[in-house]
Amino acid sequence: MMAIAFYCMATIMIVAAALVVLMKNPVHSVLFLILTFFSAAGLMVLLGAEFLALLLIVVYVGAVAVLFLFVVMMLDVDFASLRKGFANYLPIGALVGVVVSVELFIALYALASHGAAGAVIDPVQQGPGNIKAIGVVLYTDYAYLFQGAGLVLLVAMIGAIVLTLRHRVHVKRQDIFKQVSRRRKDSVVIVKVKTGEGIEE
Amino acid sequence: MTLGLIHYLTASAILFTIGMFGIFVNRRNVIIILMSIELILLAVNINLVAFSAFLGNILGQVMAMFVLTVAAAEAAVGLAILVTFFRNRGNINVDDANVMKG
Repeated sequence: MMAIAFYCMATIMIVAAALVVLMKNPVHSVLFLILTFFSAAGLMVLLGAEFLALLLIVVYVGAVAVLFLFVVMMLDVDFASLRKGFANYLPIGALVGVVVSVELFIALYALASHGAAGAVIDPVQQGPGNIKAIGVVLYTDYAYLFQGAGLVLLVAMIGAIVLTLRHRVHVKRQDIFKQVSRRRKDSVVIVKVKTGEGIEE
Repeated sequence: MTLGLIHYLTASAILFTIGMFGIFVNRRNVIIILMSIELILLAVNINLVAFSAFLGNILGQVMAMFVLTVAAAEAAVGLAILVTFFRNRGNINVDDANVMKG
């Protein structure tokens, strides 16, 4: 049963990842990216990492994929013109892909024959629950790293805001300080006007 | 046939390769390149979680969380740069991004 689930989800994940790369329309790419993340979350559930699987769905599907979708739909770009060099880059891309996958498979074969994979422990047995086990380690030994991760997110947030914020020149804005500090003598002038004559500006 | 570490590592290796292939093939489209980087980071995460589960050590999952954090931050900053680039140029063609002649 575990094997069937694994093969289903791994196949869906790999096919969806390939379609992310090959799709013509970026909106479809983002949707297949979401499918990839869901299948990967399924794989992590099979591995006994429930918390990380749910975190993957929340962070990637809920935040990152929506951000991608937002940007893809906001930019008015002719995506067909961006695919012009696709056939030119296909041979070199395929070559690099084959070389990397062969290297990875050689390394995996070595690992499987006499490596860490020899000592297989049942992945479901993790003591007092997955979330508690993570929390016990994360908030004690890795507290500083945890704070550092928060700092990374803060810097990313500020950076994104600074990069995309712009002040348009000709837009009228409300300046509270200017309004409050305005006095009567700055704006009102009493002029004696003679009868029958106008006044200049 | 029981599921071993090698099955998960193979799946993540294929995912990693697809991500690299995507960067090479879609050289002009930054959005697809960013998505390919996300795929690569996802492959790394699956690797970390698989080793964590099969070696009985929870630290792999903690590290996967940090990778997740960095991936989210990277996506946010990358897309912000993309939006700024689009505002200045009117397109997102990477081939035009050679002002500094680096």
